Amino acid sequence: MKVLLVDDEEQMVSTLAERLSLRGFEVSWAITGLDALAKVEIDTFNVAVLDMKMPLMSGLELKNKLQAKCPAMKFIFLTGHGSKADFKSAALDIGKEYYLIKPLNIDVLVQKLREVIAI
Amino acid sequence: MISFRSLKPYFCAHKDSGTGLFKHLFDYRRMWKLAVGFSVMFALVPVLCAGIFDFMVTKTSMEGELFQRTARVVSNTRRSVTFFMAKHRSALKFIVRSNSFEDLSKSLQLYRYLEDLQVTFQEGFTDLGVINGAGIQVAYAGPFKLEGMDYSGQQWFKEVLLHGVYVSDVFLGYRQVPHLVIAVRHKLQDGSVYVLHATVNTVRLNSVLTDLQLTKHGSVFIINRNGILQTESRYYGKVMERMTLPVPKYSTKTQVKEVTSDDGKQLIVGYAYIENTPFILLVVKPKDDLMGPWYSTRTTLLAFLSISIMAVIIVIFSVITHLINKIHMADDKRLAAMHKLEYENKMASIGRLAAGVAHEINNPLSIINEKAGLIQDMFLLKGMYAKDEKLLSLVDWILKAVERCGTITMRLLSFARHIDVSIEQVNMKELLDEVLGLFNKESEYRGITINMDVESDVPVIESDRGKLQQIFLNLVNNAFAAIKQDGILDIRVEGQNPTFISIIVADNGCGIPQENLDRIFEPFYSTKKKEGGTGLGLSITSSLVHKLGGTLEVDSKIGKGTTFYIKLPLKSKNKKMEKL
Repeated sequence: MKVLLVDDEEQMVSTLAERLSLRGFEVSWAITGLDALAKVEIDTFNVAVLDMKMPLMSGLELKNKLQAKCPAMKFIFLTGHGSKADFKSAALDIGKEYYLIKPLNIDVLVQKLREVIAI
Repeated sequence: MISFRSLKPYFCAHKDSGTGLFKHLFDYRRMWKLAVGFSVMFALVPVLCAGIFDFMVTKTSMEGELFQRTARVVSNTRRSVTFFMAKHRSALKFIVRSNSFEDLSKSLQLYRYLEDLQVTFQEGFTDLGVINGAGIQVAYAGPFKLEGMDYSGQQWFKEVLLHGVYVSDVFLGYRQVPHLVIAVRHKLQDGSVYVLHATVNTVRLNSVLTDLQLTKHGSVFIINRNGILQTESRYYGKVMERMTLPVPKYSTKTQVKEVTSDDGKQLIVGYAYIENTPFILLVVKPKDDLMGPWYSTRTTLLAFLSISIMAVIIVIFSVITHLINKIHMADDKRLAAMHKLEYENKMASIGRLAAGVAHEINNPLSIINEKAGLIQDMFLLKGMYAKDEKLLSLVDWILKAVERCGTITMRLLSFARHIDVSIEQVNMKELLDEVLGLFNKESEYRGITINMDVESDVPVIESDRGKLQQIFLNLVNNAFAAIKQDGILDIRVEGQNPTFISIIVADNGCGIPQENLDRIFEPFYSTKKKEGGTGLGLSITSSLVHKLGGTLEVDSKIGKGTTFYIKLPLKSKNKKMEKL
């Protein structure tokens, strides 16, 4: 399973990638939307884990662009902004609630990734 | 019964503690005093002036009429008395003109005339006498033997010779009957004179006066110029006694004056000097008797005026008090709105700050989380240092601390987000846990036990999470302020009712005195102003509960504690506010 992690905090995203790798996921990471789009050009991913709030391109914008390129790609959003309600209101068009709140619990993320793939 | 306190205007308790924009617009007590003062003055001064003017005009006119009426009575009576005298004098003149001196000198002839006069004047004449020029009574008809008496030395004889007519003062005769003497002089052709005199009974004169119908205490009588009563008077003495009132000054015309009697009574005295007699006719009336109708009118007028003034004052008081109460209430509402706005702005600022801080902290926290997580992974998944329990437990602690920090930032964000009204599904237990989470440390330090009892079947309600957080934050804050060391805070949530849920927040703190209990939801009412209380906490809490369609009640006992009862509807009526 190939996972693309996108977050503007390099230290965080790189470490998270390493942790997921340890759990058997094939992970690539990017720190900007453009970087992520470039990665998608050369590789195929099953799931993208996107931070909602990033400079230049937000998680939602990036999701739309990624979805246009890879319609089969699934998405999980990360937010540093608190609760479900807040997140829900911002990501209404996602259709299903794949969201996680930072700081992350790795077990929850792994479980979500598996759920997403299973659909 | 209405007590004075209940009539006391609302604004009397007004105390301005704010400054600048948060101050009341006016000094309501001063405003009330000025408004009432000016209104009463401008309403009553014209009424009083008109009343006094009318009073004086009516009084003057009444007195004028009284004087005129008295003058009329005096004039008419004077005519009667003058006529009485003239009638008797004319009778004597007729006798002397129609008879010769020789005829009249015969007593028999004189007796015949006396008899005729007595028949004509109804016993008025008592005797008749003829006195020659030398003063010797040559003939006499009457009850006494007076023939041959010498009157030449008598003053009255000299006067009659000088003036032609003489009327004597009244005197009491032999039978103690008042009489007067009328004498006329007649000149004979040879130039000699003689005098015909008659004694006249004044009973007839008395009856002329008593026939006048005067008021109850009025009196008509005659005095001589020395003030001796010539006729009977009801109140001022008997015949021949001295009158108690002073003798009025000579005047040819009828006069009316106001006199104060010896006993201090105001009297209206009308008088007239009777021509060719020593008599003064007096009409005396007590002023109070005559002014009786005026006094009753005056009493009615004063009563009417007093009632009108009272009515005007009551109306002015009520209207002005009512209006100023309204203005004061409007001002209170304005201030409350301003404070609320300020409070909300403050909350919004705090919210924005909290959100910023939480977000900024979240990022490094995530890095710590991931780095520590990786260390743990390396231990557990890669087997490096797998046997080093100490290191494993250290990493565990780091991850737990990160989780705690995460919970705190989440709460901060949660509070920051609910500044605006938005209706959503709220689980009361979760919400109360969130609120109480903010008090964990304080309750630990102060040894306060928090018991939360949420019934298992409490449904999820439709409400505004942010507002509910504010409500319970305020209530728990208040409870913590009231609770001493090692106190207890009980929170119970009941959900049996199909339309609402009840939340009971009870502390065992110091309690609220009964007199303050009625006012604790009023804006700016605070017993902690010195400690920085704004008096807005419970007012805002109450208004928030009402905004959410609920009710807030309080019960408190000094020393036992305070309990707040909150009822919140299951469904929000405020659909317009819903955002989700």
